[in-house]
Amino acid sequence: MGNKEEYQLRVEDIHLAFGGLQALDGVSTGIKKGEIFSIIGPNGAGKTCLLNCINHFYHPEKGKIIFEGQDITYLKPHRIASLGIARTFQNVELFAHMTVLDNIKLGGHINMKSGFISGGIYYGKTRNEEMAFRKHVEEDIIDLLEIEQIRKSIVHSLPYGLQKRVELARALAIKPKILLLDEPATGMNLEETEDIARFILDINEEWEVTIILIEHDMGVVMDISDRVCVLDFGIKIAEGAPEEIRHNEHVIKAYLGEEDLTYSRLGA
Amino acid sequence: MRCGDFKEDYIKDEEIFQSYFVKFWLTLFFIFLIIFPFIANYYMLYVANMIGFAIIGAIGLNLLTGFTGQISLGHAAFIGVGAYTSAIMITRLGFSFWLSLPFAGLVAALAGMIIGIPSLRVKGLYLCIATLAAQFIFEFIFVHWESMTKGITGIHIPPPRISSLEFTTEKEFYWITLFFVVLGVGYARNLVRSKMGRAFVAIRDRDLAAEIIGINLFRYKLSAFAIGSFYAGIAGALWVSFLKVVTPDHFPLFLSIQYLAMIIVGGMGSILGSIFGAIFMTLIPELLSYLSEIVKIYAPGNEEIFVPMKGVIFGLLIVLFLLFEPLGLAEIWNRIKSFFRLWPFSY
Repeated sequence: MGNKEEYQLRVEDIHLAFGGLQALDGVSTGIKKGEIFSIIGPNGAGKTCLLNCINHFYHPEKGKIIFEGQDITYLKPHRIASLGIARTFQNVELFAHMTVLDNIKLGGHINMKSGFISGGIYYGKTRNEEMAFRKHVEEDIIDLLEIEQIRKSIVHSLPYGLQKRVELARALAIKPKILLLDEPATGMNLEETEDIARFILDINEEWEVTIILIEHDMGVVMDISDRVCVLDFGIKIAEGAPEEIRHNEHVIKAYLGEEDLTYSRLGA
Repeated sequence: MRCGDFKEDYIKDEEIFQSYFVKFWLTLFFIFLIIFPFIANYYMLYVANMIGFAIIGAIGLNLLTGFTGQISLGHAAFIGVGAYTSAIMITRLGFSFWLSLPFAGLVAALAGMIIGIPSLRVKGLYLCIATLAAQFIFEFIFVHWESMTKGITGIHIPPPRISSLEFTTEKEFYWITLFFVVLGVGYARNLVRSKMGRAFVAIRDRDLAAEIIGINLFRYKLSAFAIGSFYAGIAGALWVSFLKVVTPDHFPLFLSIQYLAMIIVGGMGSILGSIFGAIFMTLIPELLSYLSEIVKIYAPGNEEIFVPMKGVIFGLLIVLFLLFEPLGLAEIWNRIKSFFRLWPFSY
């Protein structure tokens, strides 16, 4: 695993159980600053559970999560967000009755300072802050994700693919240090998937954001990841560069059990 | 978007009143509000004052229930807390009306925050019951803490004054009401377009997602209770100073339901909706008593049925609006506006 200090986010020996089902059974891993780190595995392997533990939606029975030297295992979800850990969900979790712009602005919540007095007066301090933030949202985020034409639309009226993009935009508005993406390309056609992969690379390079990605589309995972971690039934069975994972025996067994079929699925 | 109405900077795009047309009508409306007391009779001014108090109270409840999604059946209790705080400070401690007002708001806000504590754990129907409990507890306190509230005999309150100028009549009090309504509406409208208001709506729409972007649910839910109750407290203090007497009968459960009806009929999650709802629901009882006057003349003996119908009509309106117009009068208003914006070429 190498030197512990080099990891921006460290997960140590996480155990999580639902009743009798062991969802995560002693998972340990580390994510380096600035990399794209993918978590793959068959359905029910515990990938989303691991992200939920990092966000503290789930409380692991055992284990530690350390972000930039700070133990965040027992912090509340909103505190974790304010440290710069942003997240998107498998099933889009947007504010359905708000406009796209308001959704993205909400991402900036932790970076804005107006309270109930200055907010109610509005003119002056709050307006300057709002306008500066609006400019950032419009010119950096909306422009990057190419959603200019829908910024005033109500979210629930948008197609699924665009909603996923809006959710990504909202996560970006947090100005995250780490971005947790839970299946960003699910339910998208080839073109949209390629767009999303391009956005992820852009965010990773231009914004210097570390990315943790859960994805079933092996093409995307193998193309853009620096390192890949494979989970199966709550146990980490492999970790390494995409090329190593592609030929890893355990991974192949976990996915299909039959070598030739797996090769075709993993694209080797 | 209005045809040919292009914004060139972000400040223009985020203005509340987007076009000169709107600003023009708004100015006319303000001029009307200022000359209104000189042309209206005392009855009309009485109704106008009542509408003003209702607007302040309804905005408070709308911030809590319409924007933050925390349903409250204890709004009348918070109005009562504000009213009694103001009354007791004026009569016992010799405070002036003006100085007692902020305290009325703050004490009501404190009461609201205490009642709001369960909101972190319980939602919807369960929270509704918890606030209902608050309603009964405070009603009980108003009646039975006689050394402080003088029980059912109530407290008489001297009229507000600035040096020698006394605000006794409906016409004089109208200015106080108007001032606080404008202040309250302006504050609320600005609040909901800033960070805090967005956080409120986020909690209502999806609390899980709100937490993930760093919104402290506990803090913002309690803030919503505090601000909503602050408005209630101010509304209560103004109301009883206008009536010059406060008794526990002023704050029954029915008043809480009446306020809920206002925001449902007016439009949940809309400041304009609170105003429409308050006007509408204050005018209905007046309309009913007017109807009974007419019936008394043309069909004597039947006039008794109208005034007790208040409750029936409120209930019916709540159900009908929830079924057919969940966004309330504010949405109807928007539809009318967009109709005329496109008229006569509606495509």
